[in-house]
Parts: sequence; structure tokens; C-alpha cells
Amino acid sequence: MTDSALHATAEPERTPRIRFWHGLSFWGLLPSWVLMGLALILPIAIIAAVSVATRGAHGGFTWDFNLAGYRHILFNEGWTGELEFTPQYLLIILRTFVLAGATTLICLLFAVPVAYFICRQPPGRKAALVYLVTLPFWVSMILRVYAWMIILGKEGTLPRFLEYFGAPAGLSFMFNDGATLTAMVYTYMPLMVLPVFASLEKLDGTLIEASHDLYGDRWVTLRRVILPLTAPGIIAGAILVFVPSLGAVLEPTLMGGGKQMMMGSLVQLQFGGGRNWPFGAAIAMTLMALVMIFLIFTGLRTARRGTAL
Amino acid sequence: MSTRHDVKRYPGLGPLTVLFFAYLYAPLAVVVIYSFNANRIAGVWTHFSLQWYASALNNAALMNALKTSLTVAAAATTVSSMVALAAALAIVRGKNLRFRKLSETIVNLPLLLPEIVLAVATLILFSLVGMQNGMLKLIIAHSAFCTPFAFLPIRARLQGMSLDLEEASADLYADRWTTFRRVTLPLIFPGVFSGAMLAFLISMDDFITSNMLSTGGTTTLPVYIFSLIRSGTSPELNAIATLLILASLVLATAALLAAARGARDNA
Repeated sequence: MTDSALHATAEPERTPRIRFWHGLSFWGLLPSWVLMGLALILPIAIIAAVSVATRGAHGGFTWDFNLAGYRHILFNEGWTGELEFTPQYLLIILRTFVLAGATTLICLLFAVPVAYFICRQPPGRKAALVYLVTLPFWVSMILRVYAWMIILGKEGTLPRFLEYFGAPAGLSFMFNDGATLTAMVYTYMPLMVLPVFASLEKLDGTLIEASHDLYGDRWVTLRRVILPLTAPGIIAGAILVFVPSLGAVLEPTLMGGGKQMMMGSLVQLQFGGGRNWPFGAAIAMTLMALVMIFLIFTGLRTARRGTAL
Repeated sequence: MSTRHDVKRYPGLGPLTVLFFAYLYAPLAVVVIYSFNANRIAGVWTHFSLQWYASALNNAALMNALKTSLTVAAAATTVSSMVALAAALAIVRGKNLRFRKLSETIVNLPLLLPEIVLAVATLILFSLVGMQNGMLKLIIAHSAFCTPFAFLPIRARLQGMSLDLEEASADLYADRWTTFRRVTLPLIFPGVFSGAMLAFLISMDDFITSNMLSTGGTTTLPVYIFSLIRSGTSPELNAIATLLILASLVLATAALLAAARGARDNA
């Protein structure tokens, strides 16, 4: 998975010739193991346990084994204990997938042509354009989402602009899936452009020329030469956009309003005080499992591709 | 060769790229422009005014949030940079390291997990332990998820560096500490610096974890901004946003310049 991608770029192993760094391995790694153990692995183990705990009467939970948290994703328990299928949360999971997938596709659709254009600029301008792509990413996420709220919201820039051309007054484009999607595409776009750009830059230009010499037109060359050869960058970009999109919280909370939830905002809601912690933990575990399955799946595909080449 | 026959050229990409950059910057520009608007309703322009900047700078809650954010970010940056530096040295330079791959995955794990999962998990842990100190909670959680951002640039720098200078230093009877201080650290400093900058920005920017963990006394800046947005658009918000956009752009530029210099030195 991504781990293998991280190692692919590492230098071949080289053992230092001197005993200089002896003893460093243990003491060097100790702080990171302690920090990650306490602030990452332990909490994840606990949330896994809470997802199968019993909901407390007044919020919180008790340590009694219970699968109600997971069952609640699909079924609602009536007063007499009968289970009734409720698609409510399944729809939220589905929306999460559709919005994350759509975000990834739209980002890809813009990233490839823009990255290709940037690649073909002279070095100085190229560096400047890459810098300009990166820059908005460092502006606080909440502010980037907020900017779209003033553009799309009531009395916002876009409704005002349309009113000028005769649209009815009081328009608002907020609080729907489209608004959430708009903000997600905007916040994650640089994460797609940069890896695609890195991949395109390594592309050997003579291959494009060869394709044309063999009577491939631009469209065929794009489909059969450029895109397959930039697949690693496209996959990396898709991972970088899709994974945080699945866990998006701010975009659905602010742009989607209270009703158009995604898994991330649903989890947040369950921990908002006095809610259903085991259910929230179960949703969180489901979200984590989905992300892991996606990462392993893309990792295996990349590995297979690597050996096939 | 005329451009018409340049086979690598795809028509229409230039205008598309121009539109793309307009799309990237227009929303930020809108915030900046509205911040100078005298009208209470952000979308309705009346005339130029700096009054919202004045009231933002006099807003005690905002200044407290800023102070909390800066304190947490400074502490988290220090902790995560030191942890990352030690881990990077051990992973890249360590001899016969058995758990190299596992350790590297562990350090990078916060990048792979959805942040909201980690945030609620940490919330449950702290409530079980009964930890009361809001600031400490934030610093621990931030240190964990900032570590990979500090780690990756240091590792990249270390991997691009030859061992010769450190070996020469050892040959000249410098002890480990002296070698580290006088040879290794100056050489990897650009990596450490850009890693620390990234960690600082990531910590300052964080909403999801801070929102879960912050209590009355320890509201961070993004959490405060969220509450402002939620309570209906306050006209001060655009001025605050503009100041923050400006600050992030300056910091990010410094970090990117440092990274670029590091890459050039390595080449």
C-alpha cells in the first residue's frame, strides 16, 4: 500500500561503515513509539472496544459487550425490541462514497490538463505556477470553506451576480450536496494537481512524438501513452484526495447544513455530548475500515502493475 | 517548427489553466475584498472601511483563541520535530534495524487514518483517563498528527546526504554529540526547518481534533472561527480571515523557499 510507495523511493540499503550510529536505533525510535503508542494506537484500540460496548443511560457507555452500535447502522430498535430496517445511515455512507468519488473525479478532470500545461512551461515559470498551486492549500481549511459560504450563500456573491442578470432575489446555493461537493473539490484540488504534475514531468517526451509518428492523433496519444504512463501520479493523487474526502467533516457540516451528513459529520455528531458513543465508535470503525480497504486495494493494484512492467 | 504542428501541444490548455488559477484564488479574493466593506452584511457593498480590522484587533475572545493556537502549535511543533528528528536519524542511519518498515509506518500512520476517527478516539481516551488540562490534551494530540509532516522532509534530506562528512568528523576524533551538532544538524537543517514549518501550519489549521478536545478555556483559532460562522456571519470574520490568509501565505512561502533551497543544495 502507501507504505510500499514510501519505500520505493528509498535508497538501496547502505549500512554505515563505522559503528558511529550504534545504539541509535533504539533510543531514536523510542520517542516516536511512545508518542504514537499513547496518542494513536491506544486510542484506536479503545475506540474499537467502545464500538462493541453498551450505550450508557445518560450518554457515555459501559463495558458490556454489545453489537448494538453496529446494528444501529442498519436497524432501528423499537420499544418492544423488534428490529426495523432503516436506510437512513446507509444513505449517509452511500452519500459519503458518492461525494468522495465525485470529488476525486472532478479534481482529476481539472488536474491532468492543468498539470500538463504547467509541465510544458519554461523552468522559471513552471516553478512559479507550482508554487501558486500549492499556496492556497496552506490557507486554513475552515477559511477556504467559509469563502465558498460567502460566495454561494444568501446575499452571497453568486446570487447577487445572477440577480444582476434577472434571477429572482433571495437565491441561495447552500445546504445541499452540490455545495458540499463544491467546497470539497476546492479544498482538495492541490492534492491532485501536485502528484499528477510530478508524474507528468517524468514522462519522456519522445514517446509522445513516437506515438504521433505511428499515426496516433492527440486523443489516442493521450489515452494510450500519456495517461497510462502517468498512472502512478494519478493513483497517488486519487489516494490523497479520496481518503480525506471520505473523512470530510467541515464541508458537510458547514456547506451541507445539518441534514446532508457524511460519515465524518455523523461521527462528530454522536460525540457532541450525551449522544450515542458506541454507535459513533461503530461508524468511526466502519469509516476507518473503508479507508484501509481502499488503501490496501490500491496498494495491491499498484504492486501488481509494478511487477507487470 | 510552428506550434500548430507541435504534437505535444493540446489546444485550449492555456485558457483552461488561466481559469483554473482564477478558480483557486477568486474565493480568497472575495474574502479579502469583503473585509474592507463597511456594511454589516458581508455581501452588500457600501464603502471602503477598516472598522472591522479595528474591532477584530480589539476582540478579546479572538486574541485568546490566537494565544491558545500559538501556544499549542509552538509546543506541538517542538515535540513533533524532536520526535521526528530522532526517528528519522534512527530509521535512515540506524544499523540493522529490525523494525524499520514498521516504525516508518507507525510514524506516518496519522496521514493514513481519517482525522475524525483519531479525534474521537483521543477524546474517549482522555475522558477515560480523566485528564482535565485542556491545553495538555491539545498538545498531545497535535504532536501526534504533526509528527509525519515534520518527519518526511527530514527523512528526505537525510536520504539525500552522503555519510562521508560524518565519517570524516568521526575520523577527526569528534565524539557523536559534536558530530551531530557541528556536521549532521547543519546539513539537515533545511529539512528540519521546513518540517517544523509544516507541523506548525498543520497544527494552527487543525479544526477536527481541536473541536473535539477543546474545552471552555482552550478554544483554538479555527474552533473560534467555526463558532463565529455558526452564529451567523459576523462582519469581523472577513477581517480576521484576511489577516489569517495573509499570515499563512507568508509562512507557507518561507517554508517552501526553505524546502527549495534544501533541494538545490542536495542536487
